[in-house]
Amino acid sequence: MDFELSMEQDILRKTVRDFAEKEIAPVARELDQKEFFSLDTCRAMGELGLFGMIVSEDYGGQGMDYVSYIIAVEEIARIDGSHAATIAAGNSLGISPLFYYGSEEQKMKYLPKLCTGEGLWGFGLTEPGAGSDAGNSATTAVLDGDEWVINGSKIFITNASAPNSMGVTVMCKTGKREDGRDELSCILVELGTPGFEAREMHGKMMWRASNTSELYFDDCRVPKENLLGTRGKGFHQMLETLDGGRLSIGAMGVGGAQGAYELALRYSKERVQFNKPVASFQVNAFKLADMAMEIEAARLLLYNACWLRDNHKFFSKHAAMAKLYASEVMGRVTDQAVQLHGGYGLMQEYDVERFYRDYKLLTIGEGTSEIQRLVIARLIGAI
Amino acid sequence: MNIVVCIKQVPDTESVIKIAGDGKSIDTGDIKWVMNPYDEFGVEEALRIVKDQGGEVTVVGAGPARVVEALRTALAMGADKAVHIQDDDLYGADPIAVAKMLAKAIEPLSPDVVFFGQRAVDDDSGVVSSAVAEYLGMPQLSVITKLEIADGKVKGTRPIEGQTVVLEASLPAVISAQKGLNEPRYASLPGIMKAKKKPLETKTPADLGAERSDFIEIATLNPPPDRAPGKTVEGETAQELAANLAKLLKEEAKVI
Ligand SMILES: Cc1cc2nc3c(=O)[nH]c(=O)nc-3n(C[C@H](O)[C@H](O)[C@H](O)COP(=O)(O)OP(=O)(O)OC[C@H]3O[C@@H](n4cnc5c(N)ncnc54)[C@H](O)[C@@H]3O)c2cc1C
Ligand SMILES: Cc1cc2nc3c(=O)[nH]c(=O)nc-3n(C[C@H](O)[C@H](O)[C@H](O)COP(=O)(O)OP(=O)(O)OC[C@H]3O[C@@H](n4cnc5c(N)ncnc54)[C@H](O)[C@@H]3O)c2cc1C
Repeated sequence: MDFELSMEQDILRKTVRDFAEKEIAPVARELDQKEFFSLDTCRAMGELGLFGMIVSEDYGGQGMDYVSYIIAVEEIARIDGSHAATIAAGNSLGISPLFYYGSEEQKMKYLPKLCTGEGLWGFGLTEPGAGSDAGNSATTAVLDGDEWVINGSKIFITNASAPNSMGVTVMCKTGKREDGRDELSCILVELGTPGFEAREMHGKMMWRASNTSELYFDDCRVPKENLLGTRGKGFHQMLETLDGGRLSIGAMGVGGAQGAYELALRYSKERVQFNKPVASFQVNAFKLADMAMEIEAARLLLYNACWLRDNHKFFSKHAAMAKLYASEVMGRVTDQAVQLHGGYGLMQEYDVERFYRDYKLLTIGEGTSEIQRLVIARLIGAI
Repeated sequence: MNIVVCIKQVPDTESVIKIAGDGKSIDTGDIKWVMNPYDEFGVEEALRIVKDQGGEVTVVGAGPARVVEALRTALAMGADKAVHIQDDDLYGADPIAVAKMLAKAIEPLSPDVVFFGQRAVDDDSGVVSSAVAEYLGMPQLSVITKLEIADGKVKGTRPIEGQTVVLEASLPAVISAQKGLNEPRYASLPGIMKAKKKPLETKTPADLGAERSDFIEIATLNPPPDRAPGKTVEGETAQELAANLAKLLKEEAKVI
C-alpha cells in the first residue's frame, strides 16, 4: 500500500494552489456578488492547463491521471466553488464524452480548442421534466435524410452559454428499442446552429460565477455525423460520464471543506472573547478537530475511488460514496465554519458565507444524495 | 547564452516552524518544502533571457533527495536540465561549505550567467551567491531588480534608499535576484508532464571532489517572542481619539 503522491502530483498541487490564491482569490467574492462568469479567469485557467487534464497529448490534453485531475479541482475549490465548477464540468462533462466516445474527426475538430480553455462545451442531460429520472428524456431527434432534427429543451446546463462556449452534447430520444423502451442517443450541437438557443440562467444561490443555461431546440438541424458514438448508447454514455463526474464533485466537496476549515481555524485563533481566542474553548477546538478528521476521511475515500479508476478497476460504488460523503462533509464543515465566525460569518465580507452557499449544489448536482444512496444500495445488493 | 540557476529548497512560509530537541535545528517532520521564492526570480529571468537570446538553462540544487522536487519544479517552469548534489545533512550547514560545493558543480558547466536569489527565506544568510562568485572568480551584481544583457556585458539595477545604482560587469557573472526583477511564471500542467522527461543528474560531493568544511555552526535557534496584545485607543470624539493615539505613539511606542 502506498499513500504517497507522486512528485508530479505534489508539484501540481502546489502550482494550482499558488495559482488559485493569486489569480482567483482576489476576484472570487466580487464575481459571486455580481453573478458574473469571468472570461479572464477562465482563460488563465486554460493557460495553466486545467482543461483537458485527462485527455492524451495527441488532442492537446495533458495526459494526466485522474488523481492529478481531482487534486487540481480540489485546490481550485479550496478557494472558490464557481471556478472549480467551470473546471470540473469542463473536464468531466464537456470534454470527457467527446474524448471517450467521439469519432477521430470529432475529436480533432473540438478537443484541441476545448483543452486550452479557448472553448467550453456543455453536457445536456437534465430536462425540466427529467432530473433524477434522466432516462425519461422528452427531447427528440428524428433522422430526416442526412440530418437530425432536434426538438425539446434542457435545463441547468453548465458552461453552455459562456462567452467562449462552443456547443453541447445533448441526449435525445431517437426512436424505440425492440423492448419498447425509448432509444436514447447523444448528439453534438454547435452554438449558432439555427433552431438552437442557449439562454443563461440567473438568480442562483450558489456557483454564481459559473455559467448555467437553459437550452431550447426548435426544429434544430445538425448533420447525421454529429451523432456521438453508437446510436442507442446515449444513456449509457451519460451514466458513465457521470461516474467520472461524481469524482470531481467529490473533489469540490473536499476542497471546499478544506477552504472553509482553514478560514475557521484562522478566524477562531484570532478572535478573542472572554480574553481568550475562541478556538481555545474546548467545544470549538473539538469542532475544528472533527472538521480536520472528516476532511481527511473524505479525501482518502475520494483518492481511493480515483485510484481504482486509474487502475481500470470497478469504481462506480466508490465514486458514488465519495461524492455523497464529501458533499455531506462539506455541509457539516461549512455549517460549523460559519458558526465559529459568529455574526461575521453571515456577512458577505467574510468568504466563509460563500462556501456555506456553494456547498448546497454538491448534494444536488450530478445525482442528488438520495440518488447516490440508491446507486450504492443497488451496488451492495440491498435493493 | 548558457545560464545556471542555483535553487535552494526551503520550508513553505505557511509551515508551522518548531525548533527541534537539539535546540539548533528545526523539526522537519511536518514541513512542506518549496523552491526559495527569490530563486524563482532567477529561474524566470533565465528563461526570459534564453527565450530572447537562445541558449540553455541548467538548475543546480544541493541537499537531500527531497530537493529534487524543487529542481523538477524549475524544469516544469521551463528550465532544460538539472543537477542535484546529493548530501543528506547539508541543510543548515555553513553557507561557505555549501558555496564551495555549488562552485564545484557549476564550474564544468561553464556558464555565462549564474543566478541566485538574493537571500533564502529560511536562514537569511545571504552569503552563498557572493562566495560562489569568489570561488568561480566571477564578478557579482547583487540585489538586482532590473537586468540587461548585451554584447558580452551585463548591466543590473539595485534599488538603494530613495535611489538606484546601476552596475556593470563583463560576462561571465553572478547575479543575485531581488523581488521586483520579474513576475515568475507558474509551472504549467503541460510543463509538469514535460519535466518528467528532462535530464536530471545526481552527483555526490565525492563525485565533485568537494570536501565539506564547515567553519561555523549554529549554536542555538530561538523562537520569536510572543506578540504583545494590541491596545484599543479610548476616546469619545475624533479629536480625543487622535490625541490619545498621538500620546500612545509618543510615550509608549516611542515612535514619534
Ligand atoms: C448549478 C447547476 C448545474 C448543473 N449542471 C448540469 C449540467 O451541466 N448538465 C446536466 O445535465 N444537468 C445539470 N444540472 C442538473 C442536476 O443534475 C439536477 O438538478 C439533478 O440531477 C436533480 O434533478 P432535479 O433538479 O430535476 O431534481 P428532482 O429529480 O426533481 O429531485 C427532487 C427531489 O426528489 C428526490 N428524488 C428524486 N427521485 C428520487 C428517488 N427515486 N428516490 C428518492 N428521492 C428521489 C431528489 O433526491 C430530490 O431531493 C445542474 C444543476 C444545477 C443546479
Ligand atoms: C443579522 C444580525 C442582527 C443582529 N442584531 C443585533 C442587535 O439587534 N443587537 C445586538 O446587540 N446584537 C445584534 N447582533 C449581534 C449578535 O448577537 C452577535 O453576532 C452574537 O452574539 C455573536 O457574537 P459575535 O458575532 O461577536 O461572535 P463571537 O462571540 O465572536 O463568537 C464566535 C464563535 O465563538 C464562540 N464562542 C464565543 N465565546 C465562547 C465561549 N465562552 N465558549 C464557547 N464558544 C464560544 C461562539 O459560539 C461562536 O461560535 C446581530 C447579529 C446579526 C448577524
